[in-house]
Amino acid sequence: MSVHVSSVKTYTLIFLALMVLTAITVFVAYLDLGALNNVVMLTIAVAKATLVVLFFMHVAHATKLIKLVVVSSMFWLLLMFAFTMSDYLTRGWLGVAGK
Amino acid sequence: MSSAAATAEYPKKHYLNATQGILSWLLTKDHKRIAILYLVSVSAFFMLGGLMAMLVRLELLTPAGDLLGPDSYNRAFTMHGVLMVFFFLLPVVPAILGNFVLPIMIGAKDLAFPKINLLSWYLYMAGGSFTLYAMAQGGVDTGWTFYAPFSTTYSNSYVMATAIGVFINGFSSILTGLNFIVTVHRMRAPGMTWFRLPLFIWANYATSLVMILGTPVVAIAIALIGLERVVGLGIFDPARGGDPVLFQHLFWFYSHPAVYIMVLPAMGVISELMATFSRKSVFGYRLVAFSSIAIAVLGFLVWGHHMFVSGQSVYTSVVFSVLTMLVAIPSAIKVFNWSTTMYEGSVSYDTPMLYALGFLGLFTIGGLTGVMLATLGFDIHVHDTYFVVAHFHYVMVGGTVMAYLGGLHYWWPKMFGRMYPVFWSKISAMLVFVGFNLTFFPQFIVGYLGMPRRYWQYPDEFQIWNVLSTAGASVLGVGFLLPSFYLLWSLKYGKVAGPNPWGAVGLEWTTPSPPPTENFESIPVVEGGPYDYATGEKIFVLKGKEAHVV
Amino acid sequence: MSDVAHPGLAHHFESYEQQRQSASLGMWVFLAQEIMFFGGMFLAYMVYRSRYPLAFIAGSHHLDIGLGAFNTAVLIGSSLTMALGVRAAQLGRRKAVVLFLILTLILGSIFLVVKYFEYSEKWDHHLIPGKHFHFEGEGKFAEVPQGPMQIFFSLYFAMTGFHALHMIVGVILILYMLRPAWQGKYTPENHNYVEGFGLYWHFVDIVWIFLFPLLYLIGRH
Repeated sequence: MSVHVSSVKTYTLIFLALMVLTAITVFVAYLDLGALNNVVMLTIAVAKATLVVLFFMHVAHATKLIKLVVVSSMFWLLLMFAFTMSDYLTRGWLGVAGK
Repeated sequence: MSSAAATAEYPKKHYLNATQGILSWLLTKDHKRIAILYLVSVSAFFMLGGLMAMLVRLELLTPAGDLLGPDSYNRAFTMHGVLMVFFFLLPVVPAILGNFVLPIMIGAKDLAFPKINLLSWYLYMAGGSFTLYAMAQGGVDTGWTFYAPFSTTYSNSYVMATAIGVFINGFSSILTGLNFIVTVHRMRAPGMTWFRLPLFIWANYATSLVMILGTPVVAIAIALIGLERVVGLGIFDPARGGDPVLFQHLFWFYSHPAVYIMVLPAMGVISELMATFSRKSVFGYRLVAFSSIAIAVLGFLVWGHHMFVSGQSVYTSVVFSVLTMLVAIPSAIKVFNWSTTMYEGSVSYDTPMLYALGFLGLFTIGGLTGVMLATLGFDIHVHDTYFVVAHFHYVMVGGTVMAYLGGLHYWWPKMFGRMYPVFWSKISAMLVFVGFNLTFFPQFIVGYLGMPRRYWQYPDEFQIWNVLSTAGASVLGVGFLLPSFYLLWSLKYGKVAGPNPWGAVGLEWTTPSPPPTENFESIPVVEGGPYDYATGEKIFVLKGKEAHVV
Repeated sequence: MSDVAHPGLAHHFESYEQQRQSASLGMWVFLAQEIMFFGGMFLAYMVYRSRYPLAFIAGSHHLDIGLGAFNTAVLIGSSLTMALGVRAAQLGRRKAVVLFLILTLILGSIFLVVKYFEYSEKWDHHLIPGKHFHFEGEGKFAEVPQGPMQIFFSLYFAMTGFHALHMIVGVILILYMLRPAWQGKYTPENHNYVEGFGLYWHFVDIVWIFLFPLLYLIGRH
């Protein structure tokens, strides 16, 4: 099983894409899009991270196991966020003190 | 029992005498030697934690606070908890039995990263040193749970040193888990498919997943406590708008799965013991294997059941309550499968099996009371009472410790090549069982009657239960101490065990006792399942010939 | 350890391929736990940003967006140089490996120097949480309570601080790799240290990719 060697061109293109996305993120921050600001910002960050993971970290050409490790850890993180935020966001719904 | 035990010969060269001198031990990369290093240090911490328990139980003999002052009592139960949870229960089965047996069971020469394995032990010792230093200086009084804002702002005890100790120890756990995961994925012998793995491996693999995903969260929780205490970074400080309950979320996100780190490997041991001492394959192998993974996964989704009265949202509490009941299911599946394994098997009552049988009953009681605690309405009344203390001691001591002792007595002849005196080992097992129940069953009662935990004095009507409990603890203490004597005795005077004293099926029983450093002269080829007692056929091919003693 | 015919192959592995796959899986499992480690702080961030939106905007406005963006570019650049360094090792180009490691080292150090200037500016403005903390809000931020401001800056220092700590470790590890790289120890069959370190470095970059917008770009309109 040989390891995939990416080309300099691929790496450079990804680098440029990351720089462009960074510029966009800064630019959009100055626009007033209301609640959409956060969505755009996070989407761009996730896109940048995905590019780094797939190409710089070679996951696009990695084994299924590695891909599973990556996806599972993201999922685990989201579980921790979801359950904890469910506490903070639903406190006070009952209208009873301390609940 | 075994056929070749009568004329067993002690091997001339093995991992214990392969190289000499203290440095050859302190710088070893051999997983078996590292397991022994852990055996010694973990046992020492166990004794220390037990000493703390003794102080607590002596104080509780009388309703008044007379033996210790209130602050000292807080320190005693805190150190008992810290030492037992972090430095005994978490490493005991994976780092001792897992380290020794896992590579041999899968037909490997060592773990994937031997140097990191050694580093794990050094991190354990470093973490332990910080904690011992804190103890020597007077200890910590926050409870092993370190809740903010007491731990960050108001406690005058050695929180930082203990926190650093626990933090460093966490990385010992993480690296062990990392090592196990990579080893099980990449170093199985040819023919050792996932469903031919012994269930002990499945259990340790599931445990390792928990170690990797959970431990870093408590690490950051403790780091933030430390930063708040020392530097003033106040994210849990109510005075600045911080939420102490956030600490509890971060803490319990790990500390609940942590109890599965403690119990999953123990369950793995029980699977091995049930198979060997019923001379029968574990009933429902795949169910048990998948249950280990299910417990690991579901175990991450229940942490809020420690926080029902903390101010957590009721809706979230309901979700956590339901999920907690779900996590009981795979554990129950395992208990049923072990019981069915014994049915129509050829059961022998050797010492390891005595411990396994004890586990079966005691873990069931512990687990059922866990389901009781998961019920919101009930938990409100018994939260922070001895009912909870009894519950977790049933699963941790009646469960994990009994399984560990069973495993230790099972693999001891493999690790050291000698058998221990059977009479004393059985006496010990009985003492542990009787002593344990006498110690902790009264605690269910007194907790239900309303005695709070972590209290230094209590109303007179609770005294009878506390006296029974302390009496039980004395018996339990003797039961725990006895093995140190006869196991050490066996090292020099015990009968030579031979490669397979129990007549068990498994790769570890094809090697000499004690095994050579490399475990196998050449990697074996596996051609059958893990518990092929029924067929009686040789399922491991070593060097193209029958399995034989090197 | 390894024999003469297989330099760098550890005794318990059967082949370079098994060793490489183990090293790669090992590093990824380590990164999984790093994700959870930083994740805890991101969780705290989420909780408090939803509770104190104005304080977070006020704090974010105080941070220097130019320096933050510059550092982001520097770090992405260092990921490029690191990826090229791993590629050089895959192709057995000894001197290129050293060159790219040094470039990565320089870029990483630039990041840390900028961070130092940012931190000392906070010190000068009494923005280190604790006894001497005092946030001087201007305009619409004049009335922001000090407590939540301390929480913002506590998270700022905790998150960027642990990130910087990981960068420092990375820089030290690069220094440690320079000599074996120069000696040609990182061959196409066996360059697990470079590959593994590359993964670690990219991960640290990814953490910053999230830290930058979450800390520097709140409510900038």
